Formats: sequence, structure tokens, C-alpha cells
Amino acid sequence: MSAPMDKPESSRRQFFNGTVRGAFLFLLGAATTLLFRRSQPKRTVWQIDPYKCICCTNCATKCVMHPSAVKCVQVYPMCGYCKLCTGYFEPEPISLDTGAENQLCPTGAIKRRQLEDPYYEYNIDEPLCIGCAKCVKGCVLFGNGSFFLQVRHDRCVNCDECAIAIACPSQAFQRVPADKPYLFKNREHQA
Amino acid sequence: MRRMLRACLYLTLLSLPLVAAFGVERFPPPEFDAGYKMPVTTMPPARALWLSYVDVAVLVAALALASYLVLKKRSRDGVLALSVFSLLYFGFYQQGCVCSIGSVQDVALALFNSGYVVPLTTVAFFLLPLLFTLFFGRTFCSGVCPMGAMQDLVLLKPVKVPAWLEHALGTLPFVYLGAGILFAATGSLFIICEYDPFVALYRRTGSFGMLALGAAFLIVGIFVGRPYCRFLCPYGALLSLVSRFSKWGVTLSPTDCIHCQICDTACPYGAIADPMLKDPHPDPRKRARRRLALLALTALLVVLGGWLGERLSVPFSNSHATVSLAEQIAAEDAGKIKEPTDASKAFRQTGQPVEELYAEAHRVRGRFAVGSVLFGAFVGLVFGLTLISVSEPHERNVYDPDPADCVSCGRCYVYCPKEIVRVKRIQGKNVIPLTPVRGEQKG
Repeated sequence: MSAPMDKPESSRRQFFNGTVRGAFLFLLGAATTLLFRRSQPKRTVWQIDPYKCICCTNCATKCVMHPSAVKCVQVYPMCGYCKLCTGYFEPEPISLDTGAENQLCPTGAIKRRQLEDPYYEYNIDEPLCIGCAKCVKGCVLFGNGSFFLQVRHDRCVNCDECAIAIACPSQAFQRVPADKPYLFKNREHQA
Repeated sequence: MRRMLRACLYLTLLSLPLVAAFGVERFPPPEFDAGYKMPVTTMPPARALWLSYVDVAVLVAALALASYLVLKKRSRDGVLALSVFSLLYFGFYQQGCVCSIGSVQDVALALFNSGYVVPLTTVAFFLLPLLFTLFFGRTFCSGVCPMGAMQDLVLLKPVKVPAWLEHALGTLPFVYLGAGILFAATGSLFIICEYDPFVALYRRTGSFGMLALGAAFLIVGIFVGRPYCRFLCPYGALLSLVSRFSKWGVTLSPTDCIHCQICDTACPYGAIADPMLKDPHPDPRKRARRRLALLALTALLVVLGGWLGERLSVPFSNSHATVSLAEQIAAEDAGKIKEPTDASKAFRQTGQPVEELYAEAHRVRGRFAVGSVLFGAFVGLVFGLTLISVSEPHERNVYDPDPADCVSCGRCYVYCPKEIVRVKRIQGKNVIPLTPVRGEQKG
């Protein structure tokens, strides 16, 4: 094709190379057929089943992204808007205010906003959240469980073999259809 | 009042055993009086499917363009420009995933586990470069692979790696390939992805270890041409196998080679094969005896490797999550370990019988027992064949790129004086450029 001058090669060698090339082609064809049979056109992404999550902190440390693609989400209809939020405060807070010493979140990613007395709204500042699930644990143990972890797909690179999924002790990671990529908690499931 | 109630409830809950792990509705959500609008939790969508088809289309286009630039156009600058594009697209835009190197593991996992569904994109990234290499040589390595591009760009002061070291390190990609397939096919680990040196740089985020590994490869890469490609890349091992039998490939001017050795000096990857004009072992009887001894040695190495693999199968299998969990549960039940891990706690919460876990772990162990022996034997075979190929006299009598090692970067085109003359002749300038050639020789 391109070589300026053809190599003075023996035709035996050429024949051998051609045969091996044919064998490789056959192998590739076989592999393609087999793989296409094992593949699926429907795209899936990773997601956490929040009802299986045990808040082990692997999500914060195992993800190939730093900070993790897993973040805490707040589902407001489930939230009790508690003044003493056990997802927000340390177990024995010195006072119920926004002081760093009182907060459970290591990065201060939960924002607390006063509504009408005695209710408070809690929002996740996602860029700060590292997915350590400290708040999730607090909320699940003593609150309604409206905080839970989810894979955020604007950050997840969708590795075929997710590093957190391998490390997940409770098999909470699963593949979900890409057009319904979230597994949110809901009130009906709780009751 | 309400606050007091809550405090009471809180205290009672504290003393309760923790029955439900996922929480119950302990505090009914309030009904707000004055127009409070509840925020909606965002759900950022996943990357669209059609974008992954764009990736495959770009891959095909880049492969075709690389083959054209290397073989037809014979343009080093063109390949360099294409590799920069590939670095930007497949590296920094696509964040290094999905990549052909890692796809080996997906394919292994899919071939050995019927339950695993492999994405079509991954299959394409695995097969297409192999197909192109079968016809055009390793043009993927020079123009398309972002890892290769990165190392090609940092190469400033190439040092020649001594031949013995080159041959010895050259076996590593095959060992790495075997290990990658073993751990992927058993569903334990994707080691090739885990120790990918540059993916953390593409994402501009990653663990310290990953970033340090990337930096180390780049620093070494300043002096040693493409250290990852030559001495570690498992996909490169596959490509080098296929490339040996490619229909076309990088060639210099073989018929009128003047043995100036400039190409050999210019090639930073040690891919220009030294012509061995005379056989170092002219005595045919000696050579036959030597061949026989090497064959026997290879057989011995295969057996030794298989035996070593069999020894290592249990430690290898502990990398599998199920096996390590079963080990942990067994040790806890036997009272050897007091402190339960997260995994063992979660397992006990599910109420799954221990026997099922043990059976599953046993099945994985069985797969590892076979896989490790095969892996060990394969490593032995690689060592043996390397020894044979090193001691066999080569047939060539001109300087030409070795199809297995050549990554088709096109550097040698610019250096071969005969090639320069040829290009000039084609361009219609029948002037032999003496000065540039001398200049090149120095540099």
C-alpha cells in the first residue's frame, strides 16, 4: 500500500503471515459474535439502593473520583424539619447552632436555615459533600431517614466495574436503567 | 411543648435497639402555614447514550486517519497532531474511560461469566484497534491512544535501554495481561484500571497514589521512551502479537538501506531491529542442541509456572470480595477474630445462611485454582518464548522497524537519508539535501 518499495520477502513467509492473519480475523469475528450476544443495547448506570446502604464510608474513599461521585441527597417530603437534627448535629452538641464543633458533617456541607418556629430546613451543598454518610447514619438511626446517599450522575464516570460496588459490604450498588438513574426513598416505603 | 415532646422521643429512641437500619417516619413532616415552597431534590441525568456512539465514531475516524497518516502520508507531524487531538478527546474530555487497555478486562469478564453484560461501546473499543492493527500495524498506539500520546509528548531526552533489559522488561506486559485477565475473569478486581497511571491526570482528581504513579511515569518518560507502552501496557502486548502478522506496516527503504544506523539512533523506542548479518552460531549441530535445550527449558518454565500458580491460587482468591467475606465470617465464628467488619456485619443483617456464602466462596476458589495454574503456565511460556526469540538469529539484513515493537510514531521517516531523498524526488525536487541530513545526524 504505502511502502515505497516492496520488501523482497519469500512467498512462504507471506503465506504464513496471511494464514495467521486469517486465523486472527476468525478469532476476532468469533469474539465479536460472542460479545455482541452478551452485550445489551440498553444503557445502565450505577446507583445505590438507599434501603440497603449501611453507611460504611466506603463511598467516600473507594470512588475513583475525588471527592466521590456519591453524595448525600435530602428528600424534603420525608424530612421532619427537626430543630435537633441528628443528621446535622453531633450526638451531644454544645449548643444547637451552626458552630463547626456542633456539626456532624466533616466539611460543613449541610446548610441549616430557620423556617417558622420550630422548623429548620436542611440543604446539602453538593460541591462540599464527600459522601461519607455520617449525616445519613445520624438521620437513619434517630430521624426519618430523609438523608441518604446517591450516585450523582453529573460526576460519576460510570466505570464498567465500579470500585465502590466491589467494596460495598451490603451489595447496595446496582445497575439501573440510564433513563431512570436514581433510587430515591419515599414516604410510602417507610411507613 | 412540641420541642419537649421531640426531646423525649429522641431520648427513648436512643435507648431502643436499632431495628430498622433504613429509618422509619419518627417525625411526621410538618404542615407549614405561610407559603413555604419545598425545594425539589435535583437529579442530574447520566451521560446520554448517543454520546457514547459519538465516541466510537471518533475512534474509528481516528484509527483510519492514523493509519493513513502513518502509512500513506508518512507524516510525523500529522501523527503528532492527531495524537494531541486524541489526548484531548479520549483523555481529557472522555476522562480516559472507556479505554481499549481497560476493555481487555471487561471482555475477559464477559467471556467467562454469562451473567455479565458488557456495554457495546466497550466491545467496540476492544475490537476496533485490534482489527486495524491486523491490517495496518500499531497505528492505534501512535495516533489514537491517549496514554501513548501523553508519553510521546514528554519524551525529551531519550536514553537507549540496553537490549538485555529491554527484552527482560518486555515480558512484563504479557504477565500484566495474564494477571489482568485472571482477576477480571474471576470477577475480583480490575487491576489494569486500578493502576492506570494517567487516568487520574485526565480527571485532574484521584488518590495520591494514582497521581504519584502518573507523575513517576511522566518523569521516567522524559528519558525512557513510552515506559508504560513498552514495559507494562497489556493491550500493547495483544497488539504486538497481532502486529507481527499485519498486512501493512511502517517500513523504511529496505532495498537500498545504506546501514547508516541513523534510524536506529533516532528511534526512541528501540523498535528498529538490528540486522544480524551473520549467524552467531554457525555450527548447525551446536545450534540444534541449543534449540533443544531452550525448548526443554521452556517446558520446564511452563511446569514451574503452573506449580507456582497453584501455590498462589489461595492468596490470589482472597482478593475476591466473597472469598474474603467468607474467610472473615469463618474466622469470626471460630472465635479467631473478635471485631466484625462492615461487610460481615452487613452479611449477618441480611440473614443469608452461612453455608450459601461458603458454597459461593468455594466456587470462586475453584475458578481461581484453574485460572492461577493457567496464569502461571502462561507466564512460564512467555519467559521461555522470550529466551528462544532472543537467541534465534534474525533473518533480516537491513534496518527496518520491528512490527511487534514499532508504535508507528513516524520519527524514523524524518531521519532516514534515503527516505528524505525519496520524498524530495517525489516532490519533483531532484536536489539531494546534503546539509539537512548532516544536521539531522548530529541531533
